[in-house]
Order: sequence, then C-alpha cells, then structure tokens
Amino acid sequence: MIEFQELHKAFGDKRVLQGMSLKVRDGETMVILGYSGTGKSVALKHIVGLLHPDAGDVIVDGQAVSTLDRDRLTQLRQGIGYVFQFAALFDSMSVTENLALGLRRRGLDDEEIEERISEALALVDLSGTGERLPAELSGGMRKRVGIARAIALRPRYILYDEPTTGLDPVTSAVIDQLMIRTREHLGVTGVVVTHDMRSAYSVGDRIAMLYEGRIRQVGTVAEIQETQDPVVRQFIEGRAE
Amino acid sequence: MIEAIGRRSISAIEELGRVGHFLMDMGRGVRDVSTWGRLLVVQMRRIGVDSLPVALFIAAFTGVVLALQASYTFTGAVPLYFVGTLVGKTMMLELGPVLTGLALAGRVGASMAAELGTMKVTEQVDALETLAYDPQSYLVVPRVLAATLMFPVIVAFSIAIGVVTGWLTSLALLDLSTPDFIKGLKLFYVFKDVWFGLLKSASFGFTISLVGCGVGLSTRGGAEGVGRATTRSVVFSAILILVLDAFWAVVLL
Repeated sequence: MIEFQELHKAFGDKRVLQGMSLKVRDGETMVILGYSGTGKSVALKHIVGLLHPDAGDVIVDGQAVSTLDRDRLTQLRQGIGYVFQFAALFDSMSVTENLALGLRRRGLDDEEIEERISEALALVDLSGTGERLPAELSGGMRKRVGIARAIALRPRYILYDEPTTGLDPVTSAVIDQLMIRTREHLGVTGVVVTHDMRSAYSVGDRIAMLYEGRIRQVGTVAEIQETQDPVVRQFIEGRAE
Repeated sequence: MIEAIGRRSISAIEELGRVGHFLMDMGRGVRDVSTWGRLLVVQMRRIGVDSLPVALFIAAFTGVVLALQASYTFTGAVPLYFVGTLVGKTMMLELGPVLTGLALAGRVGASMAAELGTMKVTEQVDALETLAYDPQSYLVVPRVLAATLMFPVIVAFSIAIGVVTGWLTSLALLDLSTPDFIKGLKLFYVFKDVWFGLLKSASFGFTISLVGCGVGLSTRGGAEGVGRATTRSVVFSAILILVLDAFWAVVLL
C-alpha cells in the first residue's frame, strides 16, 4: 500500500503540496487529477524518493520513504516501475538496451533479460523494434517503450506521469488499453497522474482530485462523475468558470 | 552595498556546500564498483583515444613555435643548442599540460556538461534513479576516473610530439644538428620535469571532469539551461586549470 501522509513540499516561495493525504490500496489503480502545476508529478516523485518532503511523508509497504538510507531506497525502487511524462528513454541506447538496463541492475542473467524484454515489447505491441533508437520512434511509441521498460521489471507498483499528454485521441486510447492490460496481466497497483478525464474514467478504479496542495475529493469513478463539489465538477466538465 | 556583499558571501558558501556534498556523493558512488567498472573502459576510450588528435595537433604546432621563438630570442647571446632545453622544459613543465588541459576543457568538459545536462532536463537522470542506479556511480565516477587516468597519457603523447616537432623545426629551419638539440634537451633535464607535468595533468583531468559532471547534473531549464551549463563548465574549468597550474608551481617547484 502507498500512503501519502500530510505531505508538504515547497520550491522557494511556491508552496506546491500543503498537507496532501491519500491512501492507494493494493491492486487498485488510483488516478490523481488536478490542474497543471498543482503538484501531481511532485507527489509522484516523492513515492520513489526523487524528491524529499518538507514535512509529512509517503509510506510504501510500511516504510517512510524519506527516512530510508541509500541501500533501502534502492531496494524499494526495485519494486516500483516509473513511466515518465516524456518517456525519459536513454537516447544513446537502443530500445532493447533501455529495457535491459533496469533488468541488469536486478542481477538477472542474459537469457532471462532477453525473455523479459521480448515479453514486455510484445505486451506493448512493439515486437521487432528492439534495435531502434528512441529518436527513430514516434511520441506514442516512445511512451509505450517507457511502459515496457517499467513492466519488464515486474514491479509491484507502476507510477504513470501524464501518460497520455500530447498524444492524439487514438494513441491515447491505445495507452489507456495498455495500462488496463498491464494491470490485468501483472496485477500491479497503479498510480496515474493526469488531467485527461477520458483516460481517468477509463483506467481508474478510484480518482482523487488534487487542489491547492491537498486532496479535494477521492472516490470511485461513479462517485466523481456524480460529485456536487463545485471545484471538482468544474474540472471534470472542463468549464472555464 | 553591505547587503550585496552579504548576499554574495552566502551564495558563495552555499556553492561550496554544494561542491562538498557532490564530492561526498561521489565518494559514496566509488564504492559501487560493479556499476562503474564496466563503464570505465568506454569512458577511457571516449576521453582518451578520441581526444588524442586535438591534443597532438596543438602540441605539434606548439613545438614548432617554441623552437622558432627560442632561436629568435637567443640569437647571438645564447648558444643555439639551448633551443632543445627550452622546448623540452617548456613542453614538459607548462605548455604540454596546460594547453592540452585548456583544449580538453572545451572538448571533454563541455561535452560532459552538455550530455549530463540534457539527461537531467529530459528526466533521464531521474529515470536512472528509478531503475535503482546511483547517478554518481553510473555517470560521474567513470567519467572522473577515466579523465584522471587518461589526461596524463594524452599529455605524455603531447609532450613527445611537441619535442619531436621542435627538433624537426630546429633541423629544418635553424641549422641546429640533432646531437646539439639532444645536448640541449638533456642539459637541465631531471625526472621531476616529467612527473610534475603528468601529475599536473591528472589534476586537470580530475577537475575538468568534476566540473563538467557537477555543472551538467545541476542543469535546469531546457535547451537554454544546457547551453548555459556548457559555457559555465568551460569557463570554470579554464579558470581552475590556471589556478591549479600556479598552485602546483608554488607547491612543487
């Protein structure tokens, strides 16, 4: 289980998270919604210790992330896959090498690495692209390689940072299907940060709305769709006022 | 004005703190031999072998100029075989290490800052961390070690080429015989000349790569930030090379 406990984070004078609290249950996909710049990605980065909180903490499997030493943080990270907004593929490496890097760190032998890469690329419908460089792929393909890199690790948790941002509607739907397929195939717990409502309804078991540094509302897709909260209502309907 | 001085002082102290923190992190990264060990050879080739043509080109022309300027200065007053002395001493003690260092601050340091800066702003460094790698072990340690080990090798070749081109210039243009050139070369030679130059170049390699990696990993702000990081890396490295050059001269000569 992942639990945000009264998380606070500021960058200079800008207070981004101001006491965010949220529980992500094992096996579910939690979608975190919010306006651009409200700290959704900042919250996600705290889960893997890429950022250190000013106050509060994120608890993953009973461990307070900010208190972990380097070795225990490395251990924790080995159980988490992270899909970055712009994929963050290593541009000097081929697709295969991108996927192999994390697997090699886990001490797997060459045969198993090859097997996992083939399986992950097949799952994202990119078999046969292993030798290509990231620069030779389209935006949608790069995101799929990012997902393949995460799922090849067979993690317990997958964190998706704006997985459909910047993609056309059809490619976005493909990515949504991929996230659903990944959950069904691997049974992982997922946290998806997005402001794409169609994607949120499609992949989320529960949805939380982050507003002014705190969780404004959390509920199932149906509960969010029927909410009477004016802020959440405005966001999900995409109204200017 | 006092406020401005105070602000600058605090900023300088903070910068020192960041450097200290970076060095401590690097020390931690050195322990992870399994990560940087297999990357070291790749970096040694990139930093060492690939930099050799530039370094040798500079050294070759430096040798020519040194021989000609020595002869021009000595005319009539100092025996011409001192051309060998001047070419050898200057290449070993000063111009070999310093000119190569300055050239490689541009080639190696800037390239490290740009590469790591791009990785930073495109979240590749974060991705590396989420894959359970320490960026220090994976990115910084192999580069710093490779530069520290390879700079003396490059400088040794540079010194040799500089002396050879100085000798060839003396033969062709100065009417100085090979025995006379060698006589001059050996006249005040001590083994310290060699190790002093090589030690200095190792310190340049360490500094240039450290600055390149440190500046690269602290890059912010997209392509413009990468450009700024590259420029800062070259400027800082060049300044530090000259400071270190003076430091070694005071300490060891």
